[in-house]
Amino acid sequence: MTDTAQASAVADAKAAPDTMAWDSGLRRLMMIYLPLGCFVLVLLFPFYWMAITSFKPNAELMNYKEHNPFWITSPTLAHIKHLLFDTAYPRWLWTTMLVAIGSTTLSLIASTLAAYAIERLRFRGSPYVGLGIYLAYLVPPSILFIPLATVVVQFGLFDSPLALILVYPTFLVPFCTWLLIGYFKSIPYELEECALVDGATRLQILRRITLPLAVPGLISAGIFSFTLSWNEFIYALAFIQSGANKTVPVAILTELVTGDVYQWGALMAGSLLGSLPVAIFYSLFVDYYVSSLTGAVKE
Amino acid sequence: MSVTTFPSPTLRVRQPNWLVRLFDYKPFLVTMCLAPAIGLLGVFLTYPLGLGLWLAFTDTTIGRKGEFIGLENFQYLLTDSLWWNAVFYSVVYTGIATFGKFALGFWLALLLNNHFPFKSLLRAIILLPWIVPTVLSALAFWWIYDPQFSIISYLLVDVLHWRTTNIDFLGSPWPARFSLIAANIWRGIPFVAISLLAGLQTISPSLYEAAMLDGASAWQRFRYITFPMMMPILAIVMTFSIIFTFTDFQLVYAITRGGPGNSTHLLATLAFQRGIAGGELGEGAAIAVSMIPFLVFATLFSYFGLARRKWQQGEAND
Repeated sequence: MTDTAQASAVADAKAAPDTMAWDSGLRRLMMIYLPLGCFVLVLLFPFYWMAITSFKPNAELMNYKEHNPFWITSPTLAHIKHLLFDTAYPRWLWTTMLVAIGSTTLSLIASTLAAYAIERLRFRGSPYVGLGIYLAYLVPPSILFIPLATVVVQFGLFDSPLALILVYPTFLVPFCTWLLIGYFKSIPYELEECALVDGATRLQILRRITLPLAVPGLISAGIFSFTLSWNEFIYALAFIQSGANKTVPVAILTELVTGDVYQWGALMAGSLLGSLPVAIFYSLFVDYYVSSLTGAVKE
Repeated sequence: MSVTTFPSPTLRVRQPNWLVRLFDYKPFLVTMCLAPAIGLLGVFLTYPLGLGLWLAFTDTTIGRKGEFIGLENFQYLLTDSLWWNAVFYSVVYTGIATFGKFALGFWLALLLNNHFPFKSLLRAIILLPWIVPTVLSALAFWWIYDPQFSIISYLLVDVLHWRTTNIDFLGSPWPARFSLIAANIWRGIPFVAISLLAGLQTISPSLYEAAMLDGASAWQRFRYITFPMMMPILAIVMTFSIIFTFTDFQLVYAITRGGPGNSTHLLATLAFQRGIAGGELGEGAAIAVSMIPFLVFATLFSYFGLARRKWQQGEAND
């Protein structure tokens, strides 16, 4: 009893200079927790709605008078079953995974080498190359997709996932390079000098010293690239035509939306399943993700 | 020179001589390191950018090589009411959505900057709208905006009894426009909030202590410390946000595809409709190119308008 009283007295004393007397529980509730609660509610509601729709039987989906739309009375896996066995959904998932992993690997290799050259080899004009790569990030895909479509056709890659693997690095490489330059900067140059004195070659230094120290940066860049390529839409829409080669976001919109009556259950189940891989991936590495996002902005 | 303790030095001695020496020759090494990145960006970014500019001055269609026709595409666009519509809506969309994202995102960042339990968990949850594929969350919004089974209409009509009829979100131009803007704001808040939160955390608490000793009110502390200190980061985040909102494609394509009656076309969706779906590559490229002046203007405006303070001080970037 006395302990708590003392504790609160201490807290009051600490808070005293910055607050007025009534700045306690209620004010905090109204000023912080209430708006925060509203934000979380609004930001998460579409996901809840997506999830609940994908497990609702059609009878409940289309009848709000008898069933409370916010809850399910008899959940069903029919929509997910339809998706997995009656459509090419597993194939789309596989293609998306392939494209995401392929383009992430390619961009990581390209941007690690580029970042190392720019930050550590310090040739003449390296800041300009860095700036050029950064500016490439500001070119939005919406103004590139039409000429890129003709380029893809010229290369004979139209309708092939390989086109996406090669094109996605255009927006992944600038970001990853910028992120990795920041990481390389934080590694003391003395370590490399020691290795040079000991007779290591430049490539050995990169492989044995710089890269192991930059692993957190590589993970951040990898996660970021993976989610960005998983989510990419406009290139995948413009370059892929046959149903089997589509990625999940494009396929759901173009293959599942058919006719006048939308199969909302299946659509939402498809969206849910398509979001899960990135969501799981994200939740495993959330700290890396946040640090790369904020780190890139601070640079 | 060679790596010291390998089991068979005799074998290893000759090889390093020319290959390793080549890789230690700096110009060669730099070229090799830059080649993949520059190659990829050159072939799939710089070249298409130039090609796009060229296509905009030709009458290329799918399957036919075009002729140079000068400014004809642009002259046609200037007389095209659909293009003017798209310009109008792109500007409105970007303006309102950016304002909404930054007002709400800044507020959320300020809220998250307080101390409370489960803060990192909350921060992780809040980013969800941003990492989930836009098209998939757009589909959820499409379902939320359904004319018959909209959950918002249900809430307003059957639960709260504020209205008697369902809202027709996507059936007529202005409601459709605002529905799309709301979805865009929803998607943009997390990015803005988390980026600005990172900025807020770099502001030294001693500034607030000094201001409080001088008797500054909460509003004054925000106005004269938080806001000016946040200017550089606001400028960068806003530049990015404006560029990617103005050129947005996915949300509109997924929810309305430019309808009803072409009222919600953004320049990007119009370019897609004409260029890829309609096959008029030249005209589509011209529409895409017509975005560039707006982008350059918006970038310069937000960057120099907001970052003026840092720029005037002549601070070297870190």
